[in-house]
Amino acid sequence: MAQYLALTYTADVNWFDPEHAEALTEYRQFAIQDAGSILASAVLHPTSTATVVRVTGARGGDVVTADGPYAETKEALTGYYLIEAADLDEAIAIAARIPAAWDGAVEVRPVLAAK
Amino acid sequence: MPDVHDRLAETVRVEGARILATLVRTIGDLQIAEDAVQEAALVAMRDWPRTGVPEQPRAWLTVAARRKAIDILRREGLRAAKERDGADLIELTATDPPPDHVVRDDQLRLIFTCCHPALSLEARVALALRTLCGLTMAQIAAVLLTNEPAMAKRLTRTRQKIAAARIPYRVPSAAQLPGRVGAVCGVVHALYTAGHAPRSGEEAVDVDLCDEAVRLGRLLRRLLPDEPMPAAVLALMLLTEARRPARVDRAGDVVPLFDQDRSRWDAALIAQGRGLLDFSLRRTEGIADPYQLQAAIAAEHSRAPSYRATDWPEIVRLYDLLCTVAPSPAAALSRAVAVAEASGTGAGLAALEAVPPSERWHAVRAELLARAGRYPEAIEAVTASLDGEATEAERRYRQRLRARWMRESAT
Repeated sequence: MAQYLALTYTADVNWFDPEHAEALTEYRQFAIQDAGSILASAVLHPTSTATVVRVTGARGGDVVTADGPYAETKEALTGYYLIEAADLDEAIAIAARIPAAWDGAVEVRPVLAAK
Repeated sequence: MPDVHDRLAETVRVEGARILATLVRTIGDLQIAEDAVQEAALVAMRDWPRTGVPEQPRAWLTVAARRKAIDILRREGLRAAKERDGADLIELTATDPPPDHVVRDDQLRLIFTCCHPALSLEARVALALRTLCGLTMAQIAAVLLTNEPAMAKRLTRTRQKIAAARIPYRVPSAAQLPGRVGAVCGVVHALYTAGHAPRSGEEAVDVDLCDEAVRLGRLLRRLLPDEPMPAAVLALMLLTEARRPARVDRAGDVVPLFDQDRSRWDAALIAQGRGLLDFSLRRTEGIADPYQLQAAIAAEHSRAPSYRATDWPEIVRLYDLLCTVAPSPAAALSRAVAVAEASGTGAGLAALEAVPPSERWHAVRAELLARAGRYPEAIEAVTASLDGEATEAERRYRQRLRARWMRESAT
């Protein structure tokens, strides 16, 4: 088995707004249905709450922080699922059941296996 | 001698591609399998001119490639081998070539891996040329109009993705098959298009992409005899191939469709193409995909005894369907030409208005304007078309037209 990170890219919203309650239910249904393949998952606060952190020069340099997301895009990273699948075909089949797949996009990235 | 050498190289290449499929399954690593086949091919190319071609070149190459694979695995510290089943590795030490049905399944697996829709079309095309057609990096770079280091880099990235993302070496299930066959057909068609309509440059490449695409199309048709789409793609390619002898004259100049000597069209290819198209349409019960529609257009041309006697309204109807199912500037441009033939030059020019300009667009518009006697505008349009990319033969053709129109407008 291999691990994949399925990153959800959707509208940059606050998922705890009541207007998104129905959408969140759909995500929960996916999580229950595919529980056997999901190792971890998270929903993220909107990018307006993000902070970009950099250290100047090298390790130990000044910590510089900036408000906002790393990159300004129409669809933002709004959550992830760490999934386990036999191969890419299986991972794609699981990713296609995440509601973000039709509300935005899901990026499926293979996780580098520990040696 | 060059002829003998070319035939030898061709045998080694075609047999090598066939052997590769089985080797990928046994070793489980595309790169090692490719290297092993390439090393075996080099030995063959070195020894065969001296020793003569062995009685069974396939068996010879199979055994040589397996030995090379074992060498490479040893060199790499058997890291890959440890992850493999013992049974697979026993196959490596066998001395007989695998039976045909095994090769058949292996070839399908390799095709579906190399043409996986998770890979970009460009990556799929390049990888297909490497693994399914057995071309060298230099040949691939030449036919895809790029340089060797860039091509090597792209292929390495593609193989890395196949390995890291675990793109499976497997024939898709019946439920997945239609979508996946589409990705494969897209590769075959892109190969043919790249060979049929090279965007620029003289034809100085030692590989014929059209031949490669047709060979791959025939293989795919043989491997998936019940699928409608491979039959449609092959039909389209054969019907286009059939006109090839008439498309260029002895001087290497372009001969437009209306000037072509139709007796030089290949009747056998036309018959094969039409047969495949009929089969494909029966399988989809009349619901046409873009390949079927393009093949139907080519079949319609092949039926017409002359350019004038072509059923242009039918061709317009087919282009209308094509522009609905798969809209593209190229299809819209060809449709405008058909409209001009069916309903007059004015209607054709009007249809052009809705198509985004390109060098081909300017060239088509120029010919329609000239036909309407609007020479100054035609000259302007054909000059604009020469600013874009086109093959040398195509450029010469347009320059001849321009010279003729200049004479016409002067009188």
